[in-house]
Amino acid sequence: MDYSQFLNMAPELSLLAVILILFVADLFMCTDRKSGRGILNTPLPVVLLTLHTLFCIAPLVCPMFSAQCSMLNAECFGGMYVSSAMALVVKAILNVGTIIVFLTAHEWLKQPEMTNKQGEYYILTLFTLLGMYFMISAGHFLMFFIGLELASVPMTALIAYSKRSQESAEAAAKYILTALFSSGLMLYGISLIYGTTGTLYFDKIAPLMLNGQCSMVNIAALVLFIGGIGFKISLVPFHLWTADAYQGAPTAVTSYLSVISKGAAAFVLFVVLYKVFAPIIDQANVLFFWIIVFSITLANIFAVRQNNLKRFMAFSAISQAGYLVLGVMGATPQGLTAIVYYLLVYMAANLGVFLIISITEQRSGKLLISDYDGYYRTNPRLAFLMTLCLFSLAGIPPFAGFFSKFFMFMAAFKAGFIVLVLIALVNTVISLYYYLLIVKAMYIKPNDNPIAPFRSDGYTRFGLGLCIAGVVLIGIISWFYAYIDQFSFGL
Amino acid sequence: MTYTLFIILLPLISFLVLGLGGKWFSHKTAGWIGTLALAGVTVLSYYAAYEYFFVIGRGADGAFAPLEVMNFCWLPFFDQGLHFDMGIMLDPISVMMLIVISTVSFMVHIYSFGYMKGEKGFQRYFAFLSLFTMSMLGLVVATNIFQMYLFWELVGVSSYLLIGFYYTSPAAIAASKKAFIVTRFADLFFLIGILIYGFYTGSFAFVFDTPEHIANYAQAGFILPLALTLMFIGGAGKSAMFPLHIWLPDAMEGPTPVSALIHAATMVVAGVFQVARLFPLWVTYAQDWMPIIVWVGVFTAFYAAAVACAQTDIKRVLAFSTISQIAFMMVALGVCTEMQTGHEHAGSVGYMASMFHLFTHAMFKACLFLGAGCIIHAVHSNEMNAMGGLRKYMPLTHITFLISCLAISGIPFFSGFSSKDEIITACMAYSPAVGYIMTGIAAMTAFYMFRLYYGIFWGTENKELHAAHHPHETKVMTWPLIILSLITVGVGIYTTLAGFGMFEGYSFGSLISADGQDYRIHFDTSVALTSTIVAIVAIGVATWIFKGERQPIADKLYATFPRLHRWAHKRFYMDEVWQFVTHRIIFACVSKPIAWFDRHVVDGFFNFLAWGTHATSNGIKSLQSGRVQQYAFVYLIGTIVLIAMLLIF
Repeated sequence: MDYSQFLNMAPELSLLAVILILFVADLFMCTDRKSGRGILNTPLPVVLLTLHTLFCIAPLVCPMFSAQCSMLNAECFGGMYVSSAMALVVKAILNVGTIIVFLTAHEWLKQPEMTNKQGEYYILTLFTLLGMYFMISAGHFLMFFIGLELASVPMTALIAYSKRSQESAEAAAKYILTALFSSGLMLYGISLIYGTTGTLYFDKIAPLMLNGQCSMVNIAALVLFIGGIGFKISLVPFHLWTADAYQGAPTAVTSYLSVISKGAAAFVLFVVLYKVFAPIIDQANVLFFWIIVFSITLANIFAVRQNNLKRFMAFSAISQAGYLVLGVMGATPQGLTAIVYYLLVYMAANLGVFLIISITEQRSGKLLISDYDGYYRTNPRLAFLMTLCLFSLAGIPPFAGFFSKFFMFMAAFKAGFIVLVLIALVNTVISLYYYLLIVKAMYIKPNDNPIAPFRSDGYTRFGLGLCIAGVVLIGIISWFYAYIDQFSFGL
Repeated sequence: MTYTLFIILLPLISFLVLGLGGKWFSHKTAGWIGTLALAGVTVLSYYAAYEYFFVIGRGADGAFAPLEVMNFCWLPFFDQGLHFDMGIMLDPISVMMLIVISTVSFMVHIYSFGYMKGEKGFQRYFAFLSLFTMSMLGLVVATNIFQMYLFWELVGVSSYLLIGFYYTSPAAIAASKKAFIVTRFADLFFLIGILIYGFYTGSFAFVFDTPEHIANYAQAGFILPLALTLMFIGGAGKSAMFPLHIWLPDAMEGPTPVSALIHAATMVVAGVFQVARLFPLWVTYAQDWMPIIVWVGVFTAFYAAAVACAQTDIKRVLAFSTISQIAFMMVALGVCTEMQTGHEHAGSVGYMASMFHLFTHAMFKACLFLGAGCIIHAVHSNEMNAMGGLRKYMPLTHITFLISCLAISGIPFFSGFSSKDEIITACMAYSPAVGYIMTGIAAMTAFYMFRLYYGIFWGTENKELHAAHHPHETKVMTWPLIILSLITVGVGIYTTLAGFGMFEGYSFGSLISADGQDYRIHFDTSVALTSTIVAIVAIGVATWIFKGERQPIADKLYATFPRLHRWAHKRFYMDEVWQFVTHRIIFACVSKPIAWFDRHVVDGFFNFLAWGTHATSNGIKSLQSGRVQQYAFVYLIGTIVLIAMLLIF
């Protein structure tokens, strides 16, 4: 066996190295029990992950790394693992998101009961990230499945992280049970594919599938597969766990759950549809048409009447997932660019909102939308930044959310799904309504007992700075879109 | 020449720094930040002009070619070939505009140190000035019509913000709203024009001569002139052409340096610049539609000059004089019949004349406005009857104001003479009637400017007021006046001598002409002589009527033609006409039914949507029960239903 193939897996190896270093550091470097600060909370993980990100994107940005350049388009282990430039871009985006999530977690991990298990948090999170890496770069269904499970199982532990909290445990139980159920269905779908074609390599299935294009087996395989991945992205009707899990999980975990795992799954969904299910793409389009319509609409309808902010964000996330999957329709290169770009923009805005929710929760313990009445009076800056992020989520120009929706709609429009775009547009109006409910609470509603003014810590500020820069600049500076676009044809 | 990017970036940075962090700076620091940024812009602009004209120079065919310094795709669309670009394009007129904008803006920045001293919101003022300068510079270097439109709107916003700078004064707020709404209304046509143009020609870029473009233009047929005319309406709104001029006189509620920068020298000529930018299209494909420009211009010039004769607020006189002078530039563009400059009396002289007048007018009109600012600063009033006899108290202001008045009247050896003379020559070549009308309006210009001059510096002195205030000059405010009037005199002497053939050298036309070729200005002796004599006579009449301590002739004239005077003073009731049109016709007959429709049908639909959302939300809340068994059940049923659906359809 040619061991040099491992070199083509540089991102995975370097992430593994980060995990091991943190593992060792967790053993030897104690945090100060009183203040909860220490090298592990949070400088070391952030710095390591930043270095790792730079290492990941090195082959993209500077051709000097000619040795690594071969890995831009390489297969290893007989095609089990496939690397591409676009996969690197997605991995880099997920890395940045994880860094911001770590910044969010700092205050939460400082609490006295958390000090002795800080290390676990980072290691578990990074293991799920590693699982997503494998999902993204999989060239084979088994590889993909292993990645999926690696991403799911530590996630359960993360959701149950506040051991003494009943809600947290309940959420974790629901998550793991639904995850198992969806894995079962998906495995069934994969086995159907294996039964008809005799292979599980993405590249080899499509030609073999051509024989019996619309056979019931193929369609069943498609739906079951989508059932499995739809669970990850939380698409209707596989979304029911979302609200409970989001509400019960610690806020830092919720923010990770809402963006990072969703992004990886959406990318994989596109890749598999493009490579494996290309012969029955018309059926897939019909399927997605209804899934998207229901995801966006149902989630919007539910979001309107939520009062718990995390639950609210769960429905917002389901609705956003519907928009994210719009790019899958037709499986065009523009669609892929739109997905990755949407992911980047959504990440900035959503993580920004969660940073503010998290710091407010840590400082005041309040999580209800009605608690945010009069927030502007006491914390004008945070209220303003939250407004920017919500505007971006709702897609108001000139914030990045407008451009990401614009490109997404344009991709779907060009692929010929005009009715779908119209329905999505109407839903944008509804989503604007409920995002503005929060803005209204913060700015307009009077409150005798608003959340007291507080100072946020440096990590939160840094994270917010990154998010706001993303919200404001990613749309206006067209370089981001053009940069992602140049890779989308080489898939 | 990528450094030209900093011409736009420097004021942007200054705007962000002052806008976001203004309250942490003292007045002085804030002023210095803005002014230093502008100094940088000025240096870069001059260097860019030097490099463009003299280092890069002419192409092989002897013409200055447009130079695309940078251009990138900002917002792409698929397949259609349409895309919104952002970039920097240098060509003779954009380079000239860089010089004009940076010079006047720099002068205004220095001047504002004195004028705005101690005002509340000093930092905000400089932040807005930077924003305006950035937008205006971005407008002139635009590589495509869409970028131009973007900065065009930004210019409108910064103008709105600056007019309404004294936001506690109701008049200022009303004026800023009026300016914004009127120009925005005109911009609507501009936008429609751009969209039509883009749809039918498949491009937004300012490149008109590729075979592909020419084929598209030919295919577009009459759509192209239509689109151009719609864009012209937008330009007419910004450049205050009749009947969209009503916002400009009110805009004088803003601080006077702002009036000098935005409402005299730079922003209001954006419309002229727009027509000049699209000039190749106008001349080649829309020749039949150009009389619209000519006659709108001629009428505006006359109307504004007539109104200016009867105003007593000195800033309003200057405002109407601005409208009239911009109309001169429009007329000059409209009378062109060809692109070539090769032969004597070519049909393209008007283009050069228009740009030349834009340049000279910007300098002397900025000087006039800044002078007016000094006077207002000294006597604390805009009304002429509070002034009179100020020449004793404010000698420097007096001299510079006089120089600018002579320039705008078209007296030889002052810059306005050369440019106005070229405009009238172009008009004469187009049609003698237009030429004589414009000569007449030039005489009116000389008359009302000297009425203003005598009213301020001679005439009846308001002794009580002056004793109370002790009018005086501030040093930092006189420097810009001196520099601007030196430019006026210098350019005037040089071009007059060159124009009369005293020596062979560069003239304005060598650098800027319709097709980029070297065009040497030579005055047409009869035109030059006529307009000089007419101007001198007009000044003489004004001297005779207004110079003395008592003004019996003026009083007698007012008594003889009371109605004419009242009408002119009330600007021929144009504001009232608009008021009637908007309130009685548009609001009552069009808006009311639409408002009813909006309130009952559109709102009703959305209320229904909201009610439906809530009702459905309540109805299906049991779906989200929290029971994980049920979740799995839904999951399974969902999968089966989806499979069944796909199999059935």
